[in-house]
Amino acid sequence: MSRDRRKGRTMRSIDLRLAGSALLLAVIYSAACHADEGGTVVKQGLQAKLEYCKTCHGLSGQGYLGYFPMPRLAGQQPEYIEAQLRAFIERRRTNPIMFNVAHVLSPSMLTALATHFRGLNPKPFGGAPRGSISTGKKIYDEGLPEANVPACSACHGMDGKGQNEIPRLAGQLYPYTVGQLTSWKTVRGQGSTADTSAIMAPTAHNLTRSQVEAVAAYVSYLQ
Amino acid sequence: MHKARKLDVMKRIWLKIAILAIVGSTVSAWAGEGESPGVRNCTWCHGTSGQGYMVAPRLAGQRPQYIESQLRSFAEHTRDNPFSKQYMWDAVAALRPHEARDLAIYFATLTPKAANDGDRDLAARGRTIYIEGIPESNIVSCYACHGPNAEGVRDIPRLGGLAYFYLKGRLEQWGKGYHSGAASPMPLVASHLGPKEVEALASYLSFVK
Repeated sequence: MSRDRRKGRTMRSIDLRLAGSALLLAVIYSAACHADEGGTVVKQGLQAKLEYCKTCHGLSGQGYLGYFPMPRLAGQQPEYIEAQLRAFIERRRTNPIMFNVAHVLSPSMLTALATHFRGLNPKPFGGAPRGSISTGKKIYDEGLPEANVPACSACHGMDGKGQNEIPRLAGQLYPYTVGQLTSWKTVRGQGSTADTSAIMAPTAHNLTRSQVEAVAAYVSYLQ
Repeated sequence: MHKARKLDVMKRIWLKIAILAIVGSTVSAWAGEGESPGVRNCTWCHGTSGQGYMVAPRLAGQRPQYIESQLRSFAEHTRDNPFSKQYMWDAVAALRPHEARDLAIYFATLTPKAANDGDRDLAARGRTIYIEGIPESNIVSCYACHGPNAEGVRDIPRLGGLAYFYLKGRLEQWGKGYHSGAASPMPLVASHLGPKEVEALASYLSFVK
Protein backbone atom coordinates (compact mmCIF):
# COMPACT_ATOMS: atom_id res chain seq x y z
CA MET A 1 0.00 0.00 0.00
CA SER A 2 2.49 2.57 1.22
CA ARG A 3 4.93 1.62 -1.47
CA ASP A 4 2.21 2.12 -4.02
CA ARG A 5 1.36 5.52 -2.60
CA ARG A 6 5.02 6.52 -2.63
CA LYS A 7 5.26 5.33 -6.19
CA GLY A 8 2.19 7.39 -7.07
CA ARG A 9 3.67 10.47 -5.46
CA THR A 10 6.94 10.02 -7.35
CA MET A 11 5.07 9.62 -10.60
CA ARG A 12 3.07 12.73 -9.90
CA SER A 13 6.15 14.78 -9.13
CA ILE A 14 7.81 13.51 -12.31
CA ASP A 15 4.68 14.47 -14.22
CA LEU A 16 4.77 17.90 -12.65
CA ARG A 17 8.43 18.33 -13.40
CA LEU A 18 7.87 17.21 -16.98
CA ALA A 19 4.93 19.54 -17.36
CA GLY A 20 7.01 22.31 -15.82
CA SER A 21 9.91 21.87 -18.17
CA ALA A 22 7.55 21.51 -21.13
CA LEU A 23 5.95 24.79 -20.14
CA LEU A 24 9.34 26.40 -19.75
CA LEU A 25 10.40 25.11 -23.15
CA ALA A 26 7.20 26.37 -24.67
CA VAL A 27 7.74 29.80 -23.14
CA ILE A 28 11.36 29.92 -24.32
CA TYR A 29 10.38 28.68 -27.77
CA SER A 30 7.60 31.18 -28.24
CA ALA A 31 9.80 33.99 -26.92
CA ALA A 32 12.48 32.94 -29.39
CA CYS A 33 9.89 32.88 -32.16
CA HIS A 34 8.68 36.34 -31.29
CA ALA A 35 12.19 37.69 -31.14
CA ASP A 36 12.83 36.17 -34.56
CA GLU A 37 9.62 37.60 -35.99
CA GLY A 38 10.55 40.98 -34.59
CA GLY A 39 13.98 40.66 -36.17
CA THR A 40 12.52 39.87 -39.60
CA VAL A 41 10.06 42.74 -39.40
CA VAL A 42 12.85 45.15 -38.51
CA LYS A 43 15.01 43.68 -41.27
CA GLN A 44 12.26 43.96 -43.89
CA GLY A 45 11.50 47.49 -42.70
CA LEU A 46 15.16 48.42 -43.06
CA GLN A 47 15.44 46.87 -46.54
CA ALA A 48 12.33 48.74 -47.74
CA LYS A 49 13.61 52.00 -46.27
CA LEU A 50 17.04 51.54 -47.85
CA GLU A 51 15.40 50.98 -51.23
CA TYR A 52 13.44 54.19 -50.63
CA CYS A 53 16.62 56.17 -49.82
CA LYS A 54 18.46 54.75 -52.82
CA THR A 55 15.66 55.64 -55.24
CA CYS A 56 16.89 59.22 -54.94
CA HIS A 57 20.46 58.88 -53.61
CA GLY A 58 21.48 56.28 -56.21
CA LEU A 59 21.24 52.50 -56.18
CA SER A 60 24.64 52.21 -54.51
CA GLY A 61 24.40 55.49 -52.63
CA GLN A 62 26.66 57.26 -55.15
CA GLY A 63 24.29 60.23 -55.44
CA TYR A 64 21.95 61.25 -58.26
CA LEU A 65 21.10 64.31 -60.28
CA GLY A 66 17.39 65.04 -60.23
CA TYR A 67 15.95 68.54 -60.42
CA PHE A 68 18.06 68.98 -57.27
CA PRO A 69 21.39 67.24 -56.72
CA MET A 70 20.92 64.32 -54.30
CA PRO A 71 24.15 63.91 -52.32
CA ARG A 72 26.32 60.82 -52.18
CA LEU A 73 25.73 58.88 -48.96
CA ALA A 74 28.10 56.00 -49.70
CA GLY A 75 31.01 55.92 -47.29
CA GLN A 76 29.63 58.87 -45.36
CA GLN A 77 30.40 59.15 -41.64
CA PRO A 78 27.45 57.63 -39.72
CA GLU A 79 27.65 60.35 -37.05
CA TYR A 80 27.31 62.99 -39.75
CA ILE A 81 24.31 61.30 -41.41
CA GLU A 82 22.56 60.94 -38.05
CA ALA A 83 23.32 64.54 -37.10
CA GLN A 84 21.95 65.81 -40.42
CA LEU A 85 18.78 63.70 -40.23
CA ARG A 86 18.18 65.14 -36.76
CA ALA A 87 18.86 68.65 -38.11
CA PHE A 88 16.19 68.10 -40.82
CA ILE A 89 13.71 66.85 -38.21
CA GLU A 90 14.37 69.81 -35.89
CA ARG A 91 14.35 72.18 -38.89
CA ARG A 92 17.84 73.42 -38.18
CA ARG A 93 18.65 72.43 -41.76
CA THR A 94 16.14 73.74 -44.29
CA ASN A 95 15.05 71.24 -46.90
CA PRO A 96 11.42 70.70 -47.89
CA ILE A 97 11.94 67.11 -49.02
CA MET A 98 14.23 65.83 -46.30
CA PHE A 99 12.06 67.09 -43.45
CA ASN A 100 9.26 64.80 -44.61
CA VAL A 101 11.66 61.94 -45.20
CA ALA A 102 13.38 62.22 -41.84
CA HIS A 103 10.55 62.90 -39.44
CA VAL A 104 9.06 59.40 -39.83
CA LEU A 105 12.35 57.63 -39.01
CA SER A 106 12.70 56.06 -35.57
CA PRO A 107 16.02 56.61 -33.76
CA SER A 108 17.01 52.95 -34.29
CA MET A 109 16.16 53.14 -38.02
CA LEU A 110 18.20 56.32 -38.28
CA THR A 111 21.23 54.53 -36.83
CA ALA A 112 20.71 51.43 -38.99
CA LEU A 113 20.53 53.52 -42.20
CA ALA A 114 23.61 55.55 -41.31
CA THR A 115 25.58 52.36 -40.57
CA HIS A 116 24.52 50.77 -43.87
CA PHE A 117 25.71 53.67 -46.04
CA ARG A 118 29.05 53.73 -44.24
CA GLY A 119 29.83 50.33 -45.80
CA LEU A 120 29.20 51.25 -49.47
CA ASN A 121 32.04 52.28 -51.76
CA PRO A 122 30.97 52.92 -55.38
CA LYS A 123 33.02 55.01 -57.83
CA PRO A 124 32.48 58.79 -57.68
CA PHE A 125 29.48 60.10 -59.66
CA GLY A 126 31.79 62.27 -61.80
CA GLY A 127 30.85 64.95 -64.31
CA ALA A 128 32.53 67.96 -62.65
CA PRO A 129 34.51 70.40 -64.82
CA ARG A 130 38.20 69.46 -64.72
CA GLY A 131 39.76 72.86 -65.48
CA SER A 132 40.22 74.04 -61.90
CA ILE A 133 41.02 70.77 -60.15
CA SER A 134 44.63 71.74 -59.37
CA THR A 135 43.48 75.07 -57.87
CA GLY A 136 40.94 73.11 -55.86
CA LYS A 137 43.58 70.72 -54.59
CA LYS A 138 45.77 73.61 -53.44
CA ILE A 139 42.91 75.22 -51.52
CA TYR A 140 41.90 71.83 -50.09
CA ASP A 141 45.43 70.94 -48.93
CA GLU A 142 46.71 74.36 -47.84
CA GLY A 143 43.73 76.69 -47.45
CA LEU A 144 43.89 80.40 -48.33
CA PRO A 145 45.67 82.04 -45.38
CA GLU A 146 45.23 85.56 -46.82
CA ALA A 147 41.44 85.05 -46.98
CA ASN A 148 41.09 83.32 -43.61
CA VAL A 149 40.24 80.00 -45.19
CA PRO A 150 41.81 77.08 -43.31
CA ALA A 151 42.95 73.97 -45.16
CA CYS A 152 39.93 71.71 -45.75
CA SER A 153 42.23 68.73 -45.20
CA ALA A 154 42.83 69.79 -41.58
CA CYS A 155 39.33 68.61 -40.60
CA HIS A 156 38.05 66.56 -43.55
CA GLY A 157 41.32 64.60 -43.84
CA MET A 158 43.89 64.53 -46.65
CA ASP A 159 41.83 61.85 -48.41
CA GLY A 160 38.50 63.68 -47.82
CA LYS A 161 36.98 60.82 -45.82
CA GLY A 162 35.94 63.02 -42.86
CA GLN A 163 35.63 61.87 -39.26
CA ASN A 164 32.71 61.56 -36.84
CA GLU A 165 30.42 64.55 -37.38
CA ILE A 166 32.76 66.03 -40.00
CA PRO A 167 31.49 64.75 -43.33
CA ARG A 168 33.25 62.79 -46.03
CA LEU A 169 33.66 64.99 -49.11
CA ALA A 170 35.39 62.42 -51.33
CA GLY A 171 33.23 61.62 -54.36
CA GLN A 172 30.54 64.12 -53.41
CA LEU A 173 28.46 65.47 -56.32
CA TYR A 174 29.89 68.71 -57.70
CA PRO A 175 26.60 70.64 -57.93
CA TYR A 176 25.69 69.52 -54.40
CA THR A 177 28.93 70.79 -52.83
CA VAL A 178 28.70 74.05 -54.78
CA GLY A 179 25.06 74.47 -53.69
CA GLN A 180 25.81 73.83 -50.02
CA LEU A 181 28.86 76.10 -49.79
CA THR A 182 27.13 78.99 -51.57
CA SER A 183 23.98 78.87 -49.43
CA TRP A 184 25.43 77.72 -46.11
CA LYS A 185 23.99 80.53 -44.00
CA THR A 186 20.43 80.19 -45.29
CA VAL A 187 20.28 76.38 -45.11
CA ARG A 188 22.36 75.22 -42.14
CA GLY A 189 22.20 75.97 -38.43
CA GLN A 190 18.80 77.67 -38.61
CA GLY A 191 17.38 79.09 -35.36
CA SER A 192 19.84 77.29 -33.14
CA THR A 193 23.27 77.81 -31.69
CA ALA A 194 23.64 74.12 -30.87
CA ASP A 195 24.59 73.13 -34.40
CA THR A 196 28.02 72.01 -35.53
CA SER A 197 27.44 73.60 -38.94
CA ALA A 198 28.42 76.96 -37.39
CA ILE A 199 32.07 75.87 -37.74
CA MET A 200 31.83 76.05 -41.54
CA ALA A 201 29.95 79.36 -41.78
CA PRO A 202 32.95 81.76 -41.86
CA THR A 203 34.89 79.51 -44.25
CA ALA A 204 31.95 79.18 -46.63
CA HIS A 205 31.55 82.97 -46.47
CA ASN A 206 35.22 83.66 -47.22
CA LEU A 207 35.42 81.48 -50.34
CA THR A 208 34.63 83.15 -53.67
CA ARG A 209 32.30 81.41 -56.12
CA SER A 210 35.17 80.26 -58.33
CA GLN A 211 37.13 78.98 -55.32
CA VAL A 212 34.05 77.03 -54.21
CA GLU A 213 33.76 75.53 -57.69
CA ALA A 214 37.45 74.58 -57.71
CA VAL A 215 37.29 72.82 -54.33
CA ALA A 216 33.98 71.11 -55.22
CA ALA A 217 35.44 69.82 -58.49
CA TYR A 218 38.57 68.52 -56.73
CA VAL A 219 36.75 66.60 -53.99
CA SER A 220 34.18 65.18 -56.43
CA TYR A 221 36.93 63.06 -58.04
CA LEU A 222 38.51 61.83 -54.79
CA GLN A 223 37.86 58.12 -54.27
CA MET B 1 38.61 43.05 -116.58
CA HIS B 2 40.26 46.42 -115.87
CA LYS B 3 37.42 48.32 -117.51
CA ALA B 4 34.76 46.38 -115.59
CA ARG B 5 36.36 47.26 -112.26
CA LYS B 6 36.60 50.94 -113.25
CA LEU B 7 32.90 50.91 -114.11
CA ASP B 8 32.16 49.32 -110.77
CA VAL B 9 34.03 52.04 -108.91
CA MET B 10 32.25 54.72 -110.93
CA LYS B 11 28.89 53.17 -110.09
CA ARG B 12 29.72 53.19 -106.41
CA ILE B 13 30.75 56.83 -106.50
CA TRP B 14 27.52 57.79 -108.26
CA LEU B 15 25.54 55.84 -105.70
CA LYS B 16 27.27 57.72 -102.90
CA ILE B 17 26.54 61.06 -104.55
CA ALA B 18 22.90 60.07 -105.02
CA ILE B 19 22.59 59.07 -101.34
CA LEU B 20 24.23 62.30 -100.23
CA ALA B 21 21.83 64.29 -102.39
CA ILE B 22 18.80 62.57 -100.89
CA VAL B 23 20.08 62.95 -97.33
CA GLY B 24 20.98 66.60 -98.02
CA SER B 25 17.50 67.39 -99.30
CA THR B 26 15.79 65.85 -96.25
CA VAL B 27 18.09 67.68 -93.87
CA SER B 28 17.35 71.01 -95.52
CA ALA B 29 13.64 70.19 -95.35
CA TRP B 30 14.11 69.56 -91.60
CA ALA B 31 15.88 72.78 -91.08
CA GLY B 32 13.09 74.67 -92.83
CA GLU B 33 10.22 76.29 -90.99
CA GLY B 34 6.74 74.81 -90.60
CA GLU B 35 5.97 71.13 -90.46
CA SER B 36 8.55 69.08 -92.31
CA PRO B 37 7.55 65.60 -93.51
CA GLY B 38 9.39 64.19 -90.46
CA VAL B 39 7.40 66.35 -88.08
CA ARG B 40 4.16 65.46 -89.88
CA ASN B 41 4.92 61.79 -89.28
CA CYS B 42 4.90 62.54 -85.55
CA THR B 43 1.92 64.89 -85.41
CA TRP B 44 -0.18 62.32 -87.26
CA CYS B 45 -0.53 60.57 -83.88
CA HIS B 46 0.76 63.14 -81.37
CA GLY B 47 -1.77 65.75 -82.46
CA THR B 48 -1.50 69.05 -84.27
CA SER B 49 1.34 71.12 -82.85
CA GLY B 50 2.34 68.09 -80.76
CA GLN B 51 -0.30 68.60 -78.06
CA GLY B 52 -0.93 64.86 -77.71
CA TYR B 53 -3.92 62.77 -78.65
CA MET B 54 -5.33 59.69 -76.89
CA VAL B 55 -2.47 57.31 -76.08
CA ALA B 56 0.14 59.46 -77.81
CA PRO B 57 1.54 61.93 -75.24
CA ARG B 58 1.99 65.64 -75.71
CA LEU B 59 5.43 66.46 -77.12
CA ALA B 60 5.06 70.25 -77.12
CA GLY B 61 7.24 71.82 -74.44
CA GLN B 62 8.83 68.50 -73.50
CA ARG B 63 12.52 68.51 -72.51
CA PRO B 64 14.54 67.97 -75.72
CA GLN B 65 17.03 65.66 -73.99
CA TYR B 66 14.13 63.55 -72.74
CA ILE B 67 12.56 63.25 -76.21
CA GLU B 68 15.93 62.21 -77.62
CA SER B 69 16.53 59.64 -74.87
CA GLN B 70 13.07 58.14 -75.39
CA LEU B 71 13.55 57.90 -79.16
CA ARG B 72 16.79 56.06 -78.39
CA SER B 73 15.05 53.74 -75.92
CA PHE B 74 12.40 52.88 -78.57
CA ALA B 75 15.15 52.11 -81.08
CA GLU B 76 16.98 49.95 -78.54
CA HIS B 77 13.69 48.36 -77.43
CA THR B 78 14.32 49.24 -73.77
CA ARG B 79 11.04 51.17 -73.50
CA ASP B 80 8.84 48.14 -73.82
CA ASN B 81 5.25 48.91 -72.78
CA PRO B 82 2.56 47.70 -75.25
CA PHE B 83 1.92 51.00 -77.10
CA SER B 84 5.62 51.71 -77.41
CA LYS B 85 6.15 48.27 -78.88
CA GLN B 86 3.13 48.52 -81.16
CA TYR B 87 3.76 52.02 -82.55
CA MET B 88 7.07 53.55 -81.60
CA TRP B 89 9.54 50.72 -82.19
CA ASP B 90 8.78 50.72 -85.92
CA ALA B 91 8.25 54.47 -86.10
CA VAL B 92 11.83 55.23 -85.02
CA ALA B 93 13.56 52.29 -86.72
CA ALA B 94 14.88 54.41 -89.60
CA LEU B 95 15.46 57.59 -87.58
CA ARG B 96 19.09 58.68 -87.39
CA PRO B 97 20.51 60.33 -84.23
CA HIS B 98 20.76 63.82 -85.78
CA GLU B 99 17.17 63.57 -87.04
CA ALA B 100 16.04 62.56 -83.55
CA ARG B 101 17.81 65.63 -82.14
CA ASP B 102 16.20 67.95 -84.69
CA LEU B 103 12.74 66.56 -83.90
CA ALA B 104 13.36 66.87 -80.15
CA ILE B 105 14.43 70.51 -80.47
CA TYR B 106 11.45 71.30 -82.71
CA PHE B 107 8.82 69.88 -80.33
CA ALA B 108 10.51 71.34 -77.24
CA THR B 109 10.01 74.86 -78.62
CA LEU B 110 6.23 74.49 -79.08
CA THR B 111 4.13 75.98 -76.28
CA PRO B 112 2.42 73.25 -74.23
CA LYS B 113 -1.25 73.41 -73.26
CA ALA B 114 -2.36 71.65 -70.06
CA ALA B 115 -4.69 68.71 -70.68
CA ASN B 116 -6.87 69.62 -67.66
CA ASP B 117 -8.61 66.26 -67.85
CA GLY B 118 -8.05 64.80 -64.37
CA ASP B 119 -10.43 64.60 -61.41
CA ARG B 120 -10.42 68.05 -59.75
CA ASP B 121 -11.38 66.57 -56.38
CA LEU B 122 -8.19 64.49 -56.33
CA ALA B 123 -5.83 67.28 -57.36
CA ALA B 124 -5.03 68.51 -53.83
CA ARG B 125 -4.14 65.02 -52.64
CA GLY B 126 -2.07 64.52 -55.78
CA ARG B 127 -0.17 67.73 -55.13
CA THR B 128 0.73 66.61 -51.59
CA ILE B 129 2.03 63.26 -52.87
CA TYR B 130 3.91 65.04 -55.68
CA ILE B 131 5.74 67.30 -53.26
CA GLU B 132 6.14 65.17 -50.13
CA GLY B 133 5.73 61.60 -51.28
CA ILE B 134 4.36 59.34 -48.53
CA PRO B 135 7.43 58.69 -46.37
CA GLU B 136 5.56 56.24 -44.10
CA SER B 137 4.87 54.01 -47.15
CA ASN B 138 8.30 54.59 -48.73
CA ILE B 139 6.77 56.56 -51.62
CA VAL B 140 9.35 59.09 -52.78
CA SER B 141 8.75 62.76 -53.60
CA CYS B 142 8.28 63.43 -57.34
CA TYR B 143 9.36 67.04 -56.85
CA ALA B 144 12.99 66.06 -56.04
CA CYS B 145 13.58 65.00 -59.64
CA HIS B 146 10.78 66.58 -61.72
CA GLY B 147 11.02 70.03 -60.11
CA PRO B 148 8.72 72.40 -58.23
CA ASN B 149 6.38 72.95 -61.17
CA ALA B 150 6.73 69.50 -62.76
CA GLU B 151 8.77 71.16 -65.52
CA GLY B 152 11.50 68.51 -65.62
CA VAL B 153 15.19 69.11 -66.32
CA ARG B 154 17.73 67.67 -68.78
CA ASP B 155 16.47 64.14 -69.62
CA ILE B 156 13.97 64.11 -66.74
CA PRO B 157 10.60 64.80 -68.38
CA ARG B 158 8.13 67.62 -67.89
CA LEU B 159 5.01 66.08 -66.36
CA GLY B 160 2.91 69.22 -65.93
CA GLY B 161 -0.16 69.25 -68.14
CA LEU B 162 0.25 65.77 -69.63
CA ALA B 163 -3.03 63.90 -70.15
CA TYR B 164 -4.54 62.01 -67.19
CA PHE B 165 -4.92 58.87 -69.28
CA TYR B 166 -1.29 58.88 -70.34
CA LEU B 167 0.13 59.60 -66.87
CA LYS B 168 -2.05 56.95 -65.27
CA GLY B 169 -1.09 54.41 -67.93
CA ARG B 170 2.64 54.99 -67.56
CA LEU B 171 2.56 54.76 -63.76
CA GLU B 172 0.51 51.56 -63.92
CA GLN B 173 2.78 49.99 -66.54
CA TRP B 174 5.90 50.59 -64.46
CA GLY B 175 4.15 49.03 -61.51
CA LYS B 176 3.58 45.98 -63.71
CA GLY B 177 7.27 45.70 -64.53
CA TYR B 178 7.59 47.39 -67.94
CA HIS B 179 10.84 49.25 -68.49
CA SER B 180 11.89 52.71 -69.49
CA GLY B 181 15.32 53.94 -70.47
CA ALA B 182 18.15 52.09 -68.81
CA ALA B 183 18.87 53.23 -65.23
CA SER B 184 15.50 54.95 -64.83
CA PRO B 185 14.34 54.74 -61.22
CA MET B 186 10.68 54.92 -62.31
CA PRO B 187 9.81 51.19 -62.22
CA LEU B 188 10.99 51.13 -58.59
CA VAL B 189 9.18 54.38 -57.77
CA ALA B 190 5.90 53.27 -59.31
CA SER B 191 5.94 49.82 -57.70
CA HIS B 192 5.09 51.51 -54.39
CA LEU B 193 2.09 53.44 -55.72
CA GLY B 194 -1.44 52.10 -55.21
CA PRO B 195 -4.35 52.86 -57.62
CA LYS B 196 -5.53 55.77 -55.45
CA GLU B 197 -2.11 57.43 -55.45
CA VAL B 198 -1.80 56.96 -59.22
CA GLU B 199 -5.21 58.58 -59.84
CA ALA B 200 -4.43 61.48 -57.51
CA LEU B 201 -1.02 62.15 -59.10
CA ALA B 202 -2.30 61.87 -62.67
CA SER B 203 -5.19 64.21 -61.83
CA TYR B 204 -2.99 66.84 -60.21
CA LEU B 205 -0.40 66.80 -62.98
CA SER B 206 -2.99 67.14 -65.76
CA PHE B 207 -3.83 70.61 -64.40
CA VAL B 208 -0.27 71.90 -63.95
CA LYS B 209 0.55 74.68 -66.41
